[in-house]
Amino acid sequence: MKEHATHFINTGLMNEYVSLNHGSGGSLTNKLIRNVFVKRFGLAEPLTDSAVLKEAGIMLAFTTDSYVVDPIFFPGGDIGKLAVCGTVNDLAVSGAMPRYISSSFIIEEGFSFHDLILIADSMSLEAKKAGVKIVTGDTKVVEKGKCDKIFITTSGIGILSPGLEHISTGKNVKPGDKLIINGPVGNHAIAVLGARKKLTFNSPVTSDCASLNHLISKVLDECDEIHFMRDLTRGGLAIVLNELTHLILSGIVINESSVPVEEPVKGLCEILGFDPLYLANEGKVLFVAGDDEYKKVLSVLHSHPLGKYSEVIGEVVENDRNLVILNTAIGGRRILDMPSGMQLPRIC
Amino acid sequence: MKHIDEYRDKGLIMKLMDLIKRSADRNYTFMEVCGGHTTAIHRFGIAALLPENIKLISGPGCPVCVTENSFIDKAIAYSKMNGVIITTFGDLIRVPGSGSSLEKEKAQGGDIRIVFSGLEALDIAKGNSDKKVIFLGIGFETTAPGTAVTIKEADMAGVRNFYLLSAHKVMPPAMEVIIKEGVALNGFICPGHVAAITGSSAFSFISGKYYIGCVITGFEPVDMLQAIFMLVNQVNSSSPETEIQYTRAVTKEGNIIAQRHMKDIFMLRDDHWRGFGTIASSGLRLRKEYEQFDVEKVIPVNVKNHEENVLCICSDILRGLKTPLDCSLFTRTCVPENPVGACMVSNEGACNTFYKYRLNE
Repeated sequence: MKEHATHFINTGLMNEYVSLNHGSGGSLTNKLIRNVFVKRFGLAEPLTDSAVLKEAGIMLAFTTDSYVVDPIFFPGGDIGKLAVCGTVNDLAVSGAMPRYISSSFIIEEGFSFHDLILIADSMSLEAKKAGVKIVTGDTKVVEKGKCDKIFITTSGIGILSPGLEHISTGKNVKPGDKLIINGPVGNHAIAVLGARKKLTFNSPVTSDCASLNHLISKVLDECDEIHFMRDLTRGGLAIVLNELTHLILSGIVINESSVPVEEPVKGLCEILGFDPLYLANEGKVLFVAGDDEYKKVLSVLHSHPLGKYSEVIGEVVENDRNLVILNTAIGGRRILDMPSGMQLPRIC
Repeated sequence: MKHIDEYRDKGLIMKLMDLIKRSADRNYTFMEVCGGHTTAIHRFGIAALLPENIKLISGPGCPVCVTENSFIDKAIAYSKMNGVIITTFGDLIRVPGSGSSLEKEKAQGGDIRIVFSGLEALDIAKGNSDKKVIFLGIGFETTAPGTAVTIKEADMAGVRNFYLLSAHKVMPPAMEVIIKEGVALNGFICPGHVAAITGSSAFSFISGKYYIGCVITGFEPVDMLQAIFMLVNQVNSSSPETEIQYTRAVTKEGNIIAQRHMKDIFMLRDDHWRGFGTIASSGLRLRKEYEQFDVEKVIPVNVKNHEENVLCICSDILRGLKTPLDCSLFTRTCVPENPVGACMVSNEGACNTFYKYRLNE
């Protein structure tokens, strides 16, 4: 016990409490993970979406994620679909072929079977679409008020082909590489917020929630120079770009006007004071492609329904180490920083 | 919401910039009063585009920043009472009081909920009739009418468990204090959304009495550059006046209906502003007829005044005397996730904005 107490004091956390900002995916989440979990669990840096494990000559990617979205049904998806897509995507962006998924449920007493069946059907459908099998799970029920309706945790295993290990760590990324995203950002956060706050939009905003593994495997099959991939979830594009600059020790320049944002999302962001670059997505992935091949990557993406609106949004640069620089739409320049707090809680 | 892109058109921006550069033949210092303008300047990189002889300084128009610690301390004191739900705009939740913040109290079990409007807070009151629901009313003339309508609705619906803790303030008196303190200014970039309610006439005493130009300005890059061009011309021709750049939202008279709601519900009081001290007739409190909604009347609490960090220069920043870069705490001990002063907390605070978008500043 004494030893544990000393560790707390050393990290300055003894008198602190976990706040919602620690779950934002931003710099506070990062600190929590590093100060509390990394050294106690002996986790290896860099921290990536999936662990890559070698056993008996086979490379496996292994990941886990919890889903606490509020509300549990929203335009374009529900907590079940999200729980499958999110874990499939975490495996796929590490270059792996997602194969098996586990699914654990924490259910609040009084939750309706009608909704539970809808969620299970949605998970089953999404798993079929993604080509993964749900093979194990767990169910717990807690007293009313001890959780909010339903929380789901999914873990996933995928098989990583030799030669793709570099993707999750970005170690092949170099200056001149181009950054590509597969469509407009911010829809998931705005769709969830809209459902939660009963905001009415001129045109409906639908979550982009989707399994990206087929899109990604098409790109990996047809292109050789994919140097990095990461799905854009909590904290949005800004967080992924900032994490990337720390993995690769170079800088990144983004052209604001190249980042696609749908008109209603843009409008809502203006009204509510959000920056779409920080908003959560559930069906978007950032590719870093070699300068020689990015046009091919783009055309492969354009040929797939989930990549129709792909755009090159910027490039890796030698200068501005560890910084993400944004060329603003009007010709100014500024930093695109790591978000420190949350824009919206319980978005995924 | 459409037509955003037109106000961010690069070609138009370059033309305006060219006009400004050709007209600006001396040194100019303009104050952007509103936190929304501070954000726009840095978010779009406007400061980096302007010629060196035009300096923009941030003013007192971030409501969270000018709210005294004691307001947060009071809100925290209420949150610790049994059966109380605190409802607040999200910006306020991280503001440090003397010893804690609403965020920390929430983490330790306080029932503190983020809302997007007063009416949403009123709905929470209607759905929790066994609880006392306190709405933290904060903001200038832009948000005060919304609070006024909420109080009217609560009154009409006979809701008896809904209360207001008001930090609402009005803008023009603070601008007058800045002038009287002798901050060297050649013009005000005036807050477009405040003026949409008050009308431009609320600012005309500044050009009339103090000979400092005012341009009521929108929040897009084209708006801001056009306003700067108008102010440069006013200075060059020595003809300070109160002009409206933001004509698509602002008239001379303003929003008469919103003004009426405010007058029905609120009366002016002398109020404390962080960095300024007490400013006469600058705050809004509920009128006597609505005192049953005034939490400070119904459930009075006492909180101690406390000393702020002596190294924090928020008060000078809010009055336009210094910039965040002059502060010894800025980026060292004072960062958005661990703010020392209020200017680092609010998304519209000068320090927070400088921090987030820092580059070539």
